Amino acid sequence: MPVYITFENDTMMAKIIGDIDHHTAKDIREDIDSALFDHKPKVLYLDYKEVTFMDSSGIGLIMGRYKQMQLLEGELRVINVSAQLKKVMRVAGLDKLAVIEGNK
Amino acid sequence: MKCINEMSLTFPSKSSNEGFARVSVSAFFSQLDPTVDELADVKTAVSEAVTNCIIHAYKDRIGLVYINARIFEGGKIRIKIRDKGCGIADVAQAMEPMFTSCQGGERAGLGFAVMQSFMDKVTVISRVGKGTTVTLSKTIKSRGMADD
Repeated sequence: MPVYITFENDTMMAKIIGDIDHHTAKDIREDIDSALFDHKPKVLYLDYKEVTFMDSSGIGLIMGRYKQMQLLEGELRVINVSAQLKKVMRVAGLDKLAVIEGNK
Repeated sequence: MKCINEMSLTFPSKSSNEGFARVSVSAFFSQLDPTVDELADVKTAVSEAVTNCIIHAYKDRIGLVYINARIFEGGKIRIKIRDKGCGIADVAQAMEPMFTSCQGGERAGLGFAVMQSFMDKVTVISRVGKGTTVTLSKTIKSRGMADD
């Protein structure tokens, strides 16, 4: 299972495990979206602590979830992002779009 | 420029090979004793180029992806990623950040932008109906040099 999902009040935490590429992104996206629409949280945390690799497929994943949270009038927070993953996110200007935090 | 070492890989354009391709290429360059960041840069750029072959070049079929990786003197590396797929009609447009020909899905259109920011040089040669070759170049500022 590439993503572990937990809830606390209005907050949903999605912990992504392993590599995020074009091959894995689809399953990760479907798991998160299905939980998102069942529970309609106010805050979605994407936890990148256990992410071992990310290419631009990971950017699509974040942009897509950002749009979903806008529809839910909620907020997206991306946490535990390593320096290398931040570098990929900066290419897309994602650091301006969502709240990206180092360690939590 | 003298080539010190090289390797080639050929595999079908299945998405399950994306991880295999980037890990194999980075394993080959590990003999240059690169930093973790340098190796991650190469892995990411290779992943983007191989993904392009899979989702664009061979959009509706499985074809072969060819990788040739070379090490030159002075820590210079060059990776050629080639396909015999549909080709790109307008390379300049394909390389524009945020441009994507994918309808639906969640492709960010940033593959070439990532390659360009993670490598020193990216060149693309494409012929419609014949295929595309992406060449990625970088100098590894190694802690040590593999010269034998």
